[in-house]
Amino acid sequence: MSATEALGREHIDEVDPYKLGHGGRGHDYATGHGEGGPASKRVIVGYGFWLFLLSDIVLFSCLFAAHAVLMGATAGGPTGPQLFDPVSVALETACLLLSSFVCGLSAVAAGARSQLWTQVFLFLTGLLGAAFLALEAHDFASMVARGAGPRISAYWSSFFAVVGCHGCHVTVGLLWLGTMMAQVFFKGFRPNIMRRLVCFNLFWHMLDIIWVALFTIVYLIGEGR
Amino acid sequence: MSAGPDRACARWGAADMFGKLTLNAIPFDQPIPLVAGALVFLVLLAVIGWVIVRGHLPYLWHEWITSVDHKRIGVMYTILGLVMLLRGFVDAIMMRSQQALAFRAPGYLPPEHYDQVFSAHGTIMIFFAAMPLMIGLMNFAVPLQLGVRDVAFPTFNSTSFWLTATGALLVNISLVIGEFSRAMWLPYPPLSELRYSPGVGVDYYLWSLQISGVGTLLTGINFVTTILKIRAPGMSYLRMPVFCWTALAANLLIIAAFPVLTATLGMLLLDRYLGFHFFTNAAGGNMMMFVNLIWAWGHPEVYILVLPAFGIFSEVIATFSGKPLFGYRSMVAATMAICLISFLVWLHHFFTMGAGGDVNAVFGIATAIIAVPTGVKIFNWMFTMYGGRVRFATPMLWALGFTVTFVIGGMTGVLLSVPPADFLVHNSLFLVAHFHNVIIAGVLFGAFAGITYWFPKAFGFRLHEGWGKAAFWFSFAGFYVTFVPLYAVGLLGMTRRLQTYDVAAWRPWVLAAGVGILVLCIALACQVMQFIVSIRQRDSLRDVTGDPWNGRSLEWSTASPPPHFNYAVLPNVQGEEPYWHIKRRAIETQQLAAEPDYKPIEMPRNSPTGFITAFFCTITGFALIWHIWWLVGLGIFGAYVVFVWFAWRDREEYVIPAEEVARADRARRRVREQWLAQNAREEWLAAHLQTGRPT
Repeated sequence: MSATEALGREHIDEVDPYKLGHGGRGHDYATGHGEGGPASKRVIVGYGFWLFLLSDIVLFSCLFAAHAVLMGATAGGPTGPQLFDPVSVALETACLLLSSFVCGLSAVAAGARSQLWTQVFLFLTGLLGAAFLALEAHDFASMVARGAGPRISAYWSSFFAVVGCHGCHVTVGLLWLGTMMAQVFFKGFRPNIMRRLVCFNLFWHMLDIIWVALFTIVYLIGEGR
Repeated sequence: MSAGPDRACARWGAADMFGKLTLNAIPFDQPIPLVAGALVFLVLLAVIGWVIVRGHLPYLWHEWITSVDHKRIGVMYTILGLVMLLRGFVDAIMMRSQQALAFRAPGYLPPEHYDQVFSAHGTIMIFFAAMPLMIGLMNFAVPLQLGVRDVAFPTFNSTSFWLTATGALLVNISLVIGEFSRAMWLPYPPLSELRYSPGVGVDYYLWSLQISGVGTLLTGINFVTTILKIRAPGMSYLRMPVFCWTALAANLLIIAAFPVLTATLGMLLLDRYLGFHFFTNAAGGNMMMFVNLIWAWGHPEVYILVLPAFGIFSEVIATFSGKPLFGYRSMVAATMAICLISFLVWLHHFFTMGAGGDVNAVFGIATAIIAVPTGVKIFNWMFTMYGGRVRFATPMLWALGFTVTFVIGGMTGVLLSVPPADFLVHNSLFLVAHFHNVIIAGVLFGAFAGITYWFPKAFGFRLHEGWGKAAFWFSFAGFYVTFVPLYAVGLLGMTRRLQTYDVAAWRPWVLAAGVGILVLCIALACQVMQFIVSIRQRDSLRDVTGDPWNGRSLEWSTASPPPHFNYAVLPNVQGEEPYWHIKRRAIETQQLAAEPDYKPIEMPRNSPTGFITAFFCTITGFALIWHIWWLVGLGIFGAYVVFVWFAWRDREEYVIPAEEVARADRARRRVREQWLAQNAREEWLAAHLQTGRPT
C-alpha cells in the first residue's frame, strides 16, 4: 500500500489500469488476488466469460466423446471418409481461421478507438463466418443427398450433432456480432462495450479452437480409419 | 392475389396451431392430478388475487421480482425450494401409501400413474427442492461472508433464479396438461426413447431440466467468479469461512458437470425430436453411453448438493460450540479433495453394466476413498464440539442429527462401493434407503440448519425455538422409522419402483415405512407451524443486534436485515473469523472501531431482464413440448429481443449518497454500542461473582 502511495495513484492507473498486478515497478498490488480486495470490472467480466467458455468446451467434449464411441456404428450405411469432401473442409477451415485473425484485428482497431476500422474488421469477421456457414450447409446438403442424414446411423447422428453444434455456435456468434456492431456504432467505445468486445473476441477464438479439435477428431481420424 | 393466403389458411389447420395439444391432454379420467392441480391453481389464484387487491403488486415487482440483490434472490430461491419440497413430499406420501396398500392388491395408483409419481418425486426433489435450497443459502450468505456488496453478475443471478422457476413451473404444468415422464428421474434409454415413451412426459422432463440447467450453470459461473475475484480487502483464500470454500467447490462442480447434463439430455432430445440414433436400439445407438454420460454429471451433482451443506454445518457447529472450527485447513483440503474425487467414481452407479472386474475395482476403490476426506470432516466437527460450550439451539440440533445419521449413510455407501456386494443390492430398496440417508441427513438437515441459522439475518427476527426443535425431533425420528425398514426390506430383496408386490415377508417393513412417513408428516406440520408462529410473534423474537448467535464470520457484523449495500465500508480482514476478532477487540477496548469515512456507494440497478427471459423460456419450452412450432419461433425471438434491449441500457448502476450510508451505519453503531455496554456489565458481574467478592 505504501508503495502504491509512493508511486502516485495516477501513474499506477496508467501502467496497470485493471490492477492486474504487473507494472507497479516490481510491487504487486493486484486486486482480485489473495488479500488485494475486489478485482476491477474488466477482470471480473473477462474471468466469468472464461469460465463460461470452459463450460462450453466441456459440452463439446461430451459430443466428441459420443462421436468417438459411435465412430464405428455405421450400421451398414456409408462411412464418413466415403462422403467427406476434403477440399470443402479445407476451405471452411481457412474461412474460420482467417475470420478469427480479422476478429483479432478488430480488437486492435477498437483498442485504437477507430470506429471505421473496428466496423470494417468486424464486418469482415462476420462475412468470413457466414462463408464458413454457407460451405458447411452445402456440405451437409450434399451428404444428405448422397444418403447420409443423421437418421441413417449412430455414426452420422453424432457427426451431425458435433459439427452442427459448432455451426450453431457460429450462427449465434454472428447474431451477437451484429448486435455488437450496432452497439459500437451507436454507443462508441464505452468501458462496458469494450468489455463485451473482449468477450466476443474470446468466444470467436474459442470456436476456432473447437474447430481445430473437430477437424482432428472428426475429419482426420475419421479419414484415417 | 387473394387465392394464395386462402389456400394457405386451409392447409394451416389445428395441428399447426396447437401442435400435439388437444383437450384430451387434460386428464379428466384421473381425479388425483386433476383435483391436486385444481387445488394448487386455486391457491395460486387466491394468492395473486390477494396481492393485487391489497396493492402489493408494485412492491413485489420493484423489490422482489426485478431485484438483483443477492439476499432477495437467495430468499426467493429458498422459498421456491421449500414449496417444491412440499410438492415432492406429497409424491413420497403417495408412494409409501401405495406400497402399504398394494400387497397382493392393485392399490389406488395405476402403474402408469405410479411411474409418473416416482419420476416426478426424484426430479422435483433433486432439481427443484434440494438445488434451490442450497443455491438460495449460498446466494444469501456467500457475499455477506466474503464482506462484499453483491455477486459478480447480479442480473445473471436474477436470470438464474427465474430460469430455475421456469423449470419448476413446467414440471408442475405437466400435472394438469398432458403427463409427466414415466422413465424415472434419470431417463434411461431405450425406455425414454420415442418408441417406448411416445407421450409428452419425457419431453416435459427434458425441457424443464434444459432450461433450469442453463440457470444453474450461470449460477456456477457467477459464484466461482465472485469467490475467486470479489472478496473484501485482506480476505485471502485461507481466511474465507468454510461455507465459502464449500460453495466454491460446489460451483466448480456445477461448471464442470452441468454442461455434461446439457449435452446428454440434448442428445436424447435429438433422438426424440429429429430421429437421431445416439441411444436407440437400432442403427448402432449405444444406450450404455447415456448411462455413462448422465452419471458423469450425476455423481458430481451429489456433491454439488452436499458440499454446501457441509459448509453450513461447519459454520453452525463452530458458532454454537463457541470455538473456532477445528482443523480449518484440513477441512479446506478435504473439501477440495471431495471436489476432485467426485469426478472419478461415476461408474459405481452401474457396476452391474458388466464393465469387468478390473474397471469395477478401480471405481470401487475410488468410491471407498471418498470416505476418507468425509471422515476427516466428521472428526473435525467432533473436535470442534469437544471442549466447547455447546448450545443446543435448533440449528445445532440439525447439525448433531446430521453427524450421527450421515455416518450411517456413509457406511452403507462404503458397503455399496464393493462391487460384489453392490451386485446383490443393486436397484433394491437398500440403495433407496442409502441415498435418502445421505441426502435427507446431509442436504435437507443442512438446509434446515442453514435456514434457522440465517433466518434472523435475513428478516431481523429469530424462528420459534420450540416449534423448530419439535420439527427437528420428528424429522429425526421419522427419518429412521421410514428408512431403516427400507434398508431391511432391501436386504430381503425388494427392488425399487414396485407398484405392487406379493412377498409376505416384505409387508411388515413396508407398513413400518408407511408409519414413518406419517411421522415425517408431523415434522412437516411443525415446520410450517414454526414459520407461522414466528411471523406472528416476530416482535418478541426480534433481534436488534444483528448478531443473535454470537457469530464468528462477517455476516453477523452488519445489521439484520442487512442494508442493500451490505457494508457501509468494505471490512478490512486481518485473520480467520474476522468478526470474532472485531468483537473481542471492542470488548477489550470498551469501544467500537473508529467511525469510518463514509463514501457514496454504487449498486447495480434492478432489472426485469431475468423475469422476462424466463417468461419467454416458459413459452418456448411449452411450445417445444407440444410441437407448436410458431410459438417456439416467437419465444426465441422474444428472448433475443430481451437480450438486445438489456444490452442497450445506458445506466447499469445507481449511487447511494454518502449521507444515506452514514445514516444507516450510525444506527447500526448505536445498537452495537448499547450491546457493548450491556456486555461489559455482564462480564463485570460474571467476573465478580466468580471471585466471590460482594458486588
